[in-house]
Amino acid sequence: MTGQTVFRMALKSIFKNKMRTALTMLGIVIGVGAVIVMVAIGNGAQAQIKSQISGLGTNLIVITAGSVNTGGASQGAQSFNRLTVDDVDAIKREATLLGGVSPVIVTRTQIVGGSGNWRAEVNGVSTDFFAIRDWTTTSGDLFTEEDVRTKRTVVLLGATVAKNLFADSDPVGREIRLGKTPFTVAGVLAPKGQTASGSDQDDVVIVPYTTAQTRLNGFSFLGQILASASSPASLAPAQEEIKVIMRAAHGIPNGGTDDFTVRDQTAIAKAATSTSSIMTSLLAAIASVSLIVGGIGIMNIMLVSVTERTREIGIRMAIGARGSDVMLQFLVESIVMCLLGGLLGLAVGVGGASLVGRLTGWSIATPASAVFLAIGFSAAVGIFFGFYPARKAASLDPIQALRFE
Amino acid sequence: MSHPVISLDHVTRVYGEGDSAVHALRGVNLTVGAGELVAIMGTSGSGKSTMLNILGCLDVPTGGHYVLDGVAVETMSKPQLADLRNAKLGFVFQGFNLLARTSAVENVELPLLYRRGNPVKNTRERAVAALERVGLGKRLDHHPSMLSGGQQQRVAIARALVTEPTVLLADEPTGNLDSRTSIEVMALFQALNDQGITVILVTHEHDVAQYARRVIEMRDGHILRDHPVTDRHIAADDLVALDATTPMEEAA
Ligand SMILES: Nc1ncnc2c1ncn2[C@@H]1O[C@H](COP(=O)(O)OP(=O)(O)OP(=O)(O)O)[C@@H](O)[C@H]1O
Ligand SMILES: [Mg+2]
Repeated sequence: MTGQTVFRMALKSIFKNKMRTALTMLGIVIGVGAVIVMVAIGNGAQAQIKSQISGLGTNLIVITAGSVNTGGASQGAQSFNRLTVDDVDAIKREATLLGGVSPVIVTRTQIVGGSGNWRAEVNGVSTDFFAIRDWTTTSGDLFTEEDVRTKRTVVLLGATVAKNLFADSDPVGREIRLGKTPFTVAGVLAPKGQTASGSDQDDVVIVPYTTAQTRLNGFSFLGQILASASSPASLAPAQEEIKVIMRAAHGIPNGGTDDFTVRDQTAIAKAATSTSSIMTSLLAAIASVSLIVGGIGIMNIMLVSVTERTREIGIRMAIGARGSDVMLQFLVESIVMCLLGGLLGLAVGVGGASLVGRLTGWSIATPASAVFLAIGFSAAVGIFFGFYPARKAASLDPIQALRFE
Repeated sequence: MSHPVISLDHVTRVYGEGDSAVHALRGVNLTVGAGELVAIMGTSGSGKSTMLNILGCLDVPTGGHYVLDGVAVETMSKPQLADLRNAKLGFVFQGFNLLARTSAVENVELPLLYRRGNPVKNTRERAVAALERVGLGKRLDHHPSMLSGGQQQRVAIARALVTEPTVLLADEPTGNLDSRTSIEVMALFQALNDQGITVILVTHEHDVAQYARRVIEMRDGHILRDHPVTDRHIAADDLVALDATTPMEEAA
């Protein structure tokens, strides 16, 4: 009996009993579908976090006022702001392991220009900021050190702001007002999308920090200082170096409590990634349980089917089928059913994942490996759970099988 | 009668062990030559089916020797017995034993698909030819549920002879059929026998045994009598005679 004949016989037998086949396959369809949806959700979350890490900029170091160690209410970080441009200058002068350092002044203001009004966050920064945070323009140019030094009223628009004020027309060179001060649009920033918490990173405008200090609010204190290590390897020593410089600048004695915090965002994001990858594995593991349950369902129905088809097995043996022929037939039936179920499950899973994505707004990424996963897993389930019933069929005694009612 | 196709030498078959042991065959000696048509008769429980199953290599003797067409059966492994059944034997059962939801031609084709050694190429053509031989050339795609008992038995006979077996074995082939259909089936067996196939059948009916060339009577696991049929009937002639009387019966 050739492989082709066995396969044809299995297909015939499968389609002879459509209801039984459908019920058997259902377990595998649901199992494979569930695994794929879960993996797609977990994978999507991971991909999103990864893109946010790169969105944060490479080797990012964040310096904020206040100490995370002190905690408590008495020393609230923002209420006692001790970050100044002098700190930035000190770091810039003395640090050896940094690629760049920039003050960040954060305020919100009403923006008027183009087709109307828009309220957005304003960041006052130095030119190092662009490299640190990976900002580029889609139109126009970033502002220069000359612009910062001469406190020019130039502004870069985030993609969301540009879209809301100017729709499709190019705003470069146009006048807008931030509060009461007129600014010239120097460029439009390339979009970055949402953060993990769902806020829009493109709903921002960027101006030279010197201009922000003199024209917008007159603050001399900074919201934060951003820096970037010159390489991933120097991320840790660079933070130590910054701490030393800052302690000297703030006159904090040895053993004294820091009034600032140096953090490494990438580490935080990496922790989030590994958490989400654990989540993905966990979700897949839970979904796999349903695949196993589906496999047991197959075994159950195959066992019933061996009993139900005892006479058929007896007939086949009487006309010359070997035990191995019968075994192969049942095994191939089981594998073919599982594979068909797996393919259906793949379709259900991919469809279900995109539906979940559409309904919840989560980012969904069905990995290409899901196809192999689905096919491999369902074939394995077919072999594993089909083996015992197939062996049982093969070991039947032909006379007893023929007599079976 | 030329060289023996079947030779049983003191064959025993015991079911179970100890006190509950059933001695179904108590030392049977039997020789069947090529081209014979043998009817096995006997009371219920005398061991007819047990013997036929052993002859058919579906079962193996507890003791004694069985040589089928030159092959010592007791030395064969299970897969070898399966191959032997496929190559040398054809079975016809009382209950037809066709695969349900499977067309006549597919049922007949099945033994050819299990053929080992040199696989059969034109399995379907051969199945069709076998069905034509039993007069069912027009029922190829009918499923068993759409066929009468006599037709189903003819499909079963076609399935048994499609492999061109040395011996055709039938356990009460007419047990589920009315008398006219029984004669039709026997006419078929006689025709096949005339073409050289050895036929061994088990029956309870003397009428059926009259179509054989030789009758073996069994009792309690022994062969009681073994004699040739003296006034052998020809099934085809009986059918003609039956057709001649039928119109009168219908008129009455
Ligand atoms: N599988 C079995 N296990 C135990 N005893 C059995 C088995 N098969 C048959 N027997 C016994 O062996 C004896 C012979 O049985 P067998 O079926 O050969 O009789 P038979 O001549 O075919 O009868 P019938 O005309 O009723 O078909 C009987 O006593 C029966 O009970
Ligand atoms: Mg019997």
